[in-house]
Amino acid sequence: MHRTKVKVVEEALDANNTIAAANRSDFDRAGVKVINFMSAPGAGKTTLLERVVADLPGVRVGVLEGDVQGSMDADRLASLHIPVIQLNTDPSFGGECHLDANMVRSAVPSLPLDEIDLLVIENVGNLVCPAEFKVGEDTRVMVTSVTEGEEKPLKYPLMFRACELVLINKIDLLPHIDFDVERLLYNIDQVHPDVETILVSARTGEGIDTWREWLLRLAAREGAIAAG
Amino acid sequence: MHELSLSSAVVNTAVKHAEGRRVELVSLRIGRLRQVVPETLEFYFGFVARDTVCDGARLEYEIIDARLHCNPCATEWGIEIPAFRCPTCGGSDVEVASGNEFEVESIEIEEAECIAPR
Repeated sequence: MHRTKVKVVEEALDANNTIAAANRSDFDRAGVKVINFMSAPGAGKTTLLERVVADLPGVRVGVLEGDVQGSMDADRLASLHIPVIQLNTDPSFGGECHLDANMVRSAVPSLPLDEIDLLVIENVGNLVCPAEFKVGEDTRVMVTSVTEGEEKPLKYPLMFRACELVLINKIDLLPHIDFDVERLLYNIDQVHPDVETILVSARTGEGIDTWREWLLRLAAREGAIAAG
Repeated sequence: MHELSLSSAVVNTAVKHAEGRRVELVSLRIGRLRQVVPETLEFYFGFVARDTVCDGARLEYEIIDARLHCNPCATEWGIEIPAFRCPTCGGSDVEVASGNEFEVESIEIEEAECIAPR
């Protein structure tokens, strides 16, 4: 026996990216725009969706809800009478901390792609892992909240760099906490120069109109766009 | 935690290129901009490799420094902290020249002595 070195030079996530491309082409064919929606747990993803998904004139929204366990978030969104598909990462994936392209692939047949214009894939709450895995999205949006600290972009640069829009949530709490919004914005700009940001409060509704308008502009975009 | 998925991806890539031959060593290139913890990756790799031709294989990795390139002014620089604006022109049209890698660079396989030359 002897040893031989075999040159490979292949991105280890190529297989994931290939499946993501297959998802993407299914979504494109159905004319559905797709957002990969990410944040830390508890930043307010579901509430920010609740605020807008039933109120986008001319844009029918569906949600693919990713959680390790349970359907609490999916139930909340389903009560708004929009199509919601639950994807749990626990039963067959060992409780994965993120969605990958294959998990989304498994959900594609259950998605009513002909009945929606915009699909929001609400990823598992986590600032690290979801940023590594494309799932077939047109774009990525993340939420950070003012209770998370100003240094988050510096600690989780991959996530902040992966996104086209950063929603800064819970601004209604600003009078009660020591949080420097300018410093957060500066740190975001360091990590992802010129990325779009919107200050919002899912609780009071401040900034929600701007978030809604952003979604309407996304839905109206022509054709495919590059997803980082 | 995603190192479990990433180690599966590494094993799958190595298995594909091994074409049934036993793998002794898997060499990776990991960019500093990827949030990969190599020690955790190695730990999971041992488990995920079981029952494949990578069972018992060693995992080695090279860490690739992050370098950025500014498109308008062509400045190229290395970064230690996540600051992606061009230090020369202050612009944002900046590309990652290196540091985003997560690739299987090569594998070492065991082969029988008497095989026809390829």
